[in-house]
Amino acid sequence: MIEVNNLHKSFGETHVLKGITTSFEKGKTNLIIGQSGSGKTVFLKCLLGLLIPDEGEIIYDGRFLSKLSITDKRDLRQEIGMVFQGSALFDSMTVEENVMFPLDMFTKQAKSEMEDRVNEVLMRVNLEEAKDKFPSEISGGMQKRVAIARAIVMKPKYLFCDEPNSGLDPKTAILIDNLIQELTQENDIITVINSHDMNSVMEIGEKIVFLKNGLKEWEGTNKEIFKTDNKAVTDFVYSSELFKKVRQMYIEERN
Amino acid sequence: MLILLFLRLESQNVFMGYLASIGNYSIMVKEVFKKPTKWSIMKNLILKEIDELIYGSLGIIIFISIFIGGVVAIQTALNMTNPLIPKNLIGFATRQSVILEFAPTFTSIIMAGKVGSYITSSIGTMRVTEQIDALEVMGVNSLNYLIFPKIIAMLFYPFAIAIAMYLGVLGGLIANVMGEHSTTAEFIEGIQIDFIPFHVTYSFIKTLVFAFLIATIPSFHGYYMKGGALDVGKASTTSFVWTSVAIIIANFVLTQLLLG
Repeated sequence: MIEVNNLHKSFGETHVLKGITTSFEKGKTNLIIGQSGSGKTVFLKCLLGLLIPDEGEIIYDGRFLSKLSITDKRDLRQEIGMVFQGSALFDSMTVEENVMFPLDMFTKQAKSEMEDRVNEVLMRVNLEEAKDKFPSEISGGMQKRVAIARAIVMKPKYLFCDEPNSGLDPKTAILIDNLIQELTQENDIITVINSHDMNSVMEIGEKIVFLKNGLKEWEGTNKEIFKTDNKAVTDFVYSSELFKKVRQMYIEERN
Repeated sequence: MLILLFLRLESQNVFMGYLASIGNYSIMVKEVFKKPTKWSIMKNLILKEIDELIYGSLGIIIFISIFIGGVVAIQTALNMTNPLIPKNLIGFATRQSVILEFAPTFTSIIMAGKVGSYITSSIGTMRVTEQIDALEVMGVNSLNYLIFPKIIAMLFYPFAIAIAMYLGVLGGLIANVMGEHSTTAEFIEGIQIDFIPFHVTYSFIKTLVFAFLIATIPSFHGYYMKGGALDVGKASTTSFVWTSVAIIIANFVLTQLLLG
């Protein structure tokens, strides 16, 4: 479990995170949602240790992030997989080399063992045919799948995704969502997704944390989000006419 | 009065900004040598950087050296109006100018533009596209991974400068003979007159310092850049300016220390 206690982060006089407390459980896809500027990315970067919080604690299965030595932090980071918003693939490497990079860097496996593992994860994300291509030669959706393959190749305990659906068409976005959820359940890992996408919220939001102005405004599941009366949540989630109708139908069905 | 006060405060801020940058640069250099990347990976990165930074620059170095050597020989010959001055002075002046200044310093300024902008833009693009964040999240010391191979590759820079020295003098000889300013024998005699081997050592010491500056200052500007694609271009320009300034200051200090 990842526990977050009273997390604060400021940049100069701008107080971005104002005391967030929440937790993320194993085997679940956890979504952090909120408007632009609500502090989602800063929150995610604090969880990853890319930003140091001013106050509060982040605890990875009993390990306090702020109290870890450099070596322990390095070990912890090898248990983390991250899918960046823009995929962040290394331009100079092929798909296969990108996915192999963490194995090559941190394990003493033989080349054949590494190749087997890379083929295994590429097959899992349906990209075995693109392994000799460079990131610039594949589509955005494929790049996201390569990023997911690279994130899971080390069999991480924790998977973080920053807007994995941004820039993708609805069909590919659903594929990516389902893939992340399946991987979370298959490997019993903790997945935290930073998202704007309401389809993702409805499809895979086993736990949803809604941030507003640096504060946790609401948390619950994708089932509970239909019933909530929290105005900030309903204004954000049901901003489109389509979702308003979906919610109405859901409420009528329940009654 | 208010304008003067404003200017004073502004210059203080600028000065503090420069001090902060020098401090951050020093911290970056220290971090580059910490937590080394696995040797099997580092070895390939170093070879790749030698290819990009040194081998890839040989063409422009060869071109510049021949022509600069030629121009120095012509200028010297055209300014020797007194018939009492021996003709071998053309070879002597060409050798001294090329070995002491043109090969190490002038070429390094050109390299600050060519290699420096490549380093800043490649690292800056990695920053903009979150590739550096990806390395950090994986637990890789991104400063060591990205900058250390460039520093090691630039240790081979003196070999390129040795070629520049040879070709500069050769360019001088060709221009001298083609312009009929003196005979080949007189030029070669001039090259050999009062030769002080320490001048070559001095030149290589300078070159090594410049190589370190060319590898690290553009890396600093690329690594710590903020913004988008447009800012990568701005960072490249800034890095060229500051690398050139650092080379010129280092040149002055080293000349004073080693020859003064």
